[in-house]
Amino acid sequence: MKINTFKRHFREGTKNLVRNSWMTVAAVGAVTTTLVLVAAFLMLMLNLNQIADNIESDADIRVFIDLSAEEDDIDELGQNIGELNRVEEFYFSSKDEELEALVEDLGEDGEAWELFEQDNPLNDVYVVETYEAEDLAGVASTIEGFSNVDDVDYGSETVDRLLQFNQYARYIGITFIAALLLTAIFLISNTIKMTITARRDEIGIMRLVGAKNSFIRWPFFVEGMLTGVIGSVIPIALVLGGYHFLYINLNDRLNFQFIELLPWNPFAWQLSLMLLAIGAFIGIWGSVMSVRKFLKV
Amino acid sequence: MIEMNNVYKVYDNGVTALNGVKTTIDNGEFVYVVGPSGAGKSSFIKMMYREEVPSKGHVKINHVDIGDMKDKQVPYLRRSIGVIFQDFKLLPKLTVYENVAFALEVIEENPRKIRRRVMDVLDKVGLKHKARFIPAQLSGGEQQRVAIARAIVNNPKVVIADEPTGNLDPDTSWEIMRIFEEVNATGTTVIMATHSKDIVNKIRRRVIAMENGQIVRDEHRGEYGYED
Ligand SMILES: Nc1ncnc2c1ncn2[C@@H]1O[C@H](COP(=O)(O)OP(=O)(O)O)[C@@H](O)[C@H]1O
Ligand SMILES: [Mg+2]
Repeated sequence: MKINTFKRHFREGTKNLVRNSWMTVAAVGAVTTTLVLVAAFLMLMLNLNQIADNIESDADIRVFIDLSAEEDDIDELGQNIGELNRVEEFYFSSKDEELEALVEDLGEDGEAWELFEQDNPLNDVYVVETYEAEDLAGVASTIEGFSNVDDVDYGSETVDRLLQFNQYARYIGITFIAALLLTAIFLISNTIKMTITARRDEIGIMRLVGAKNSFIRWPFFVEGMLTGVIGSVIPIALVLGGYHFLYINLNDRLNFQFIELLPWNPFAWQLSLMLLAIGAFIGIWGSVMSVRKFLKV
Repeated sequence: MIEMNNVYKVYDNGVTALNGVKTTIDNGEFVYVVGPSGAGKSSFIKMMYREEVPSKGHVKINHVDIGDMKDKQVPYLRRSIGVIFQDFKLLPKLTVYENVAFALEVIEENPRKIRRRVMDVLDKVGLKHKARFIPAQLSGGEQQRVAIARAIVNNPKVVIADEPTGNLDPDTSWEIMRIFEEVNATGTTVIMATHSKDIVNKIRRRVIAMENGQIVRDEHRGEYGYED
């Protein structure tokens, strides 16, 4: 295709948006609505993902060693832990280090604990990390069976629930987004089809005066792409503005250790780019789908 | 060269529009196709640029059987033939200028040449001043002239016109005929279905007369030959 022809298709696609103005409004509206919903879901999902990642990387198993265990016993336990398949790494933390960490964690409240420095009531600990958060439970119960283990803790309740919740959230979110996109494509191609009964005749005429199918299709491609791009303007503005607002207002309030929202920059920009791409994609898809039928025969 | 051999056309509704047509039209000829309404003139013409395909028999354009032609080749056939449709078939949302330019855009002519050719040809059919109008803003005669302009703008080898003077007043009709003669004088084949006794009898050319889907008369420098 010559560059001039490409320009012509681009010009023609743009003009078609104006020539079929009410249809353009309807199609752009469909894209906008879809993308706003998609954006909301993506924001939620990607943040949940992030939270889950934080939990997963934070989560570890604390193996409390029997107070009566001798140094040899402790070494042997360490060896046993090290031989487990799913263990990524582990380290030993003596009861003194544990106390120090505890005092530090608690800040001013921790000063009371300093009294125990002479007579430390805490256990020595092995801190064990697994490759996957899903392995925590299994590894923990194996270690529980080893000798010289007083207790094993990996925040089982919370981690399990969060992981499961997140898994569900992911499935539901992906299903929802896929459904939304299909609906949008359907809406757009139907909107275009409404005018296409008129356009069917036009396409017939174009063919009669010697236009190839690709020549006829190109302006539709451009038209669909522009519909998608225009339709993504409002959603992008909402993401950039809305997420900024959310981030500022929520992040301080949700001041838990592992619940932290993705930072506005670059997240809002990445999401915007994604919306632009999705918008263009559904616009093109819907538009090209709508002419396909009339280009046969 | 256009050759038809034993061509039949039966439409889906069972109407037989062509009933064994055999003829040859050489390059550079000027041919009138006359006959009463429903005689099959339009069907005859539609075979030549493959708007319709024969139910039986063969249509050859420059020795290529259009029945064997691949879908991909059809656009090229149509670009080599300028057609003025009975119902004009203008693109309703495009301006006069854009409608005519379309025939050059499909062959990827360069934009400067498109502009010049389109304005020249619009001048020729007397519609330069209405270049920016859309078809709905034009009279039937003006739309017909736009259709003519689009058909001849890329200097096709063959110009086919289905009752091109049907909607025109006598003066404009003669003007249009002058254009066809000019086009024909440069070696282009002109095939024209018509109901205009005046024109056929005054500008004497080959006349193919049709009735009930058959060619009933074929005369060089013929007469219109029947009363409407
Ligand atoms: N697309 C079509 N479908 C069905 N019948 C048609 C079609 N086109 C033409 N006919 C019929 O074929 C016959 C010949 O029509 P046509 O070729 O248009 O004749 P003319 O142009 O001489 O008036 C008529 O009876 C007409 O009704
Ligand atoms: Mg007719």
